[in-house]
Amino acid sequence: MPETQPPTAAAAGPAADAGPAAGAAPVTGATIQLENLSKRYHGSALPAVDSVNMEIGAGELVVFVGPSGCGKSTLLKMINRLIEPTSGRIRIGGEDVTRIDPVKLRRKVGYAIQASGLFPHMTVGDNIGLVPKMIGWSKTKVKDRVEEMLDLVGLDPKEFHGRYPRQLSGGQQQRVGVARALAADPPVLLMDEPFGAVDPITRDHLQDELIRLQRELHKTIVFVTHDFDEAVKLGDRIVVLREQSHIAQFDTPEAILTNPSDDFVSGFVGAGAALKRLNLTRVRDVGIADFPTVSVDDPLQSIFDRLRAGTHSELLLLDRKGRPYKWLRRGDLMRAKGSLARAGTLVGDYVTRDATLRDALEAVLTDSSGRVAVTGRRGEYIGVVDMETLMNSVHELLEEDRLSAMEAQHELEETRAQQTHLAQEGGAAAGPVPENGAGSSVAGGGGRLEGK
Amino acid sequence: MNFWEYLGNRHQQLLADAFQHASAVFQCMVIATLLGVLIGVLTYRREWAGNLAITSTATILTVPSLALIGLLIPVLGLGVAPTVTALVLYGLLPITRNAVVGLRGVDPTLVDAAKGIGMSRAARLLRVELPLAWPPILTGIRVATQMLMGIAAIAAFASGPGLGNQIFRGISSLGSSNALNEVLSGTLGIVILALLFDAVYVLIGRLTISRGIRA
Repeated sequence: MPETQPPTAAAAGPAADAGPAAGAAPVTGATIQLENLSKRYHGSALPAVDSVNMEIGAGELVVFVGPSGCGKSTLLKMINRLIEPTSGRIRIGGEDVTRIDPVKLRRKVGYAIQASGLFPHMTVGDNIGLVPKMIGWSKTKVKDRVEEMLDLVGLDPKEFHGRYPRQLSGGQQQRVGVARALAADPPVLLMDEPFGAVDPITRDHLQDELIRLQRELHKTIVFVTHDFDEAVKLGDRIVVLREQSHIAQFDTPEAILTNPSDDFVSGFVGAGAALKRLNLTRVRDVGIADFPTVSVDDPLQSIFDRLRAGTHSELLLLDRKGRPYKWLRRGDLMRAKGSLARAGTLVGDYVTRDATLRDALEAVLTDSSGRVAVTGRRGEYIGVVDMETLMNSVHELLEEDRLSAMEAQHELEETRAQQTHLAQEGGAAAGPVPENGAGSSVAGGGGRLEGK
Repeated sequence: MNFWEYLGNRHQQLLADAFQHASAVFQCMVIATLLGVLIGVLTYRREWAGNLAITSTATILTVPSLALIGLLIPVLGLGVAPTVTALVLYGLLPITRNAVVGLRGVDPTLVDAAKGIGMSRAARLLRVELPLAWPPILTGIRVATQMLMGIAAIAAFASGPGLGNQIFRGISSLGSSNALNEVLSGTLGIVILALLFDAVYVLIGRLTISRGIRA
């Protein structure tokens, strides 16, 4: 039961860069490969899930998103065989698990569901310790693990260990649900609309928690939701599913937002794709400009001189701890008759470097002069972001996205051409390779469409 | 002899009968509980099987107890055998029905969750489904016990044990000086026993139903 490694220094944002590259931190997850996975129910003409091919990298957080009835939950439940596939293959960490004992499979795959699914007749501790106990951990080891897990999801072990689920709020129940799913340290975690039943504020918190957890743990997580914004926020990559679990697009959130593969996807992305794109970038990723500053401790005369001589008509006054305090304009000091206390306008809003560009834009828009101060961890001044910087970086981002999307498209076409070429050259030789199988080998981080 | 004098005179006989009565009901309840829960567990997942179990146990209950015991005597003879058989059969309905209904009433998402975290069929049943269905099953057991207390009195008809003997003796000697005392003491004894059993069930419920699901 190794203590989870601390988050690597400045681990990139959850939705940073494309693909399964999970950075330098050790990856505890395992790959998931679905090969021609289908589910056909008796008495229905069309299969519920139709020949899905997918490869999910180790340590990746992939979100299945799609309208209700598209079979996303069915597809998820086929990974731990709560729903047995009619045909096809599932591999986890390279091992074919399609035919092994499902109980054994499920102990390697954590499972968290909507409304937590906690057993009401067991205490929080018993719920979390259930799986470790079943796989034969010693009592003390189980007890330690339960405390560790409660700690991990941000609940005080002493306070919550002996409580029953009904004594917890919805958000707390959901945390315990996640703790239970992770208790036996499975490499893979399946989450079926886990935050669907909690209020929006709690959901936001839980999402942030999940991002933090994933940064620490690097599991392979498959997350099902019908909320596209949630998908964008959480996913390293997103699978947009249409009816019968046909993959409409499987790509990074950036690529889906900027370059939806077809009308279905763009319809699902909904209005305001550019705005949603802003959620994916942090202030630290864009140019933070310098702004002339003075301190409240500076002699009044020097402030006066700088205001008059400087190329800027405005200064940012910092308080004694270096935090943004007031915006000072050229005429302000005169009008206030030389009193710093009365001069200038108080700094209303500021953002941290971890804030999303959307937050920054919000702050800039509400500020009368169109800029916002950026602060560090202790609130100290770092720089300023203004409308122009924002505009430029957004344009750059969109352009970049467009280019990488085009590149991915190009790559895809090349693979397809290669495939057709292969098929034409030696149709019989390539026989056992399923048509889509070849595609998965070049999946990488780029866009991949299901060959239909 | 008034009632109190009667009680004073016959208390030893009465206590022995009461003990036998209680012991017969208790043993029959143990058998009926095991059988009823077993039938419930075996049938609840199939619609038709569960319904068949409930309907057939309900049918048994419609047979008048005197008739059932009368019918059992030629097959099993007199004494304990027909008594136990009849009591177990009557006790089955409430337990089987509540077991089936209780097990079917377990939230399917919880069963799904139990499956999803890797619990085997047996573990699911023993750790999740039965504990959650236990409150209704216990209610069934309680109802069955109350019923059996009364029905056990009929067992005296087949020379069975218990307070029924007092009642039958009284009825067969109506008009004699002690007839009323005999019937009254038997009946009151049964009522008191039933109340005592019920109190025990409340205690059992307190001890065995998890605090997390207690109403």
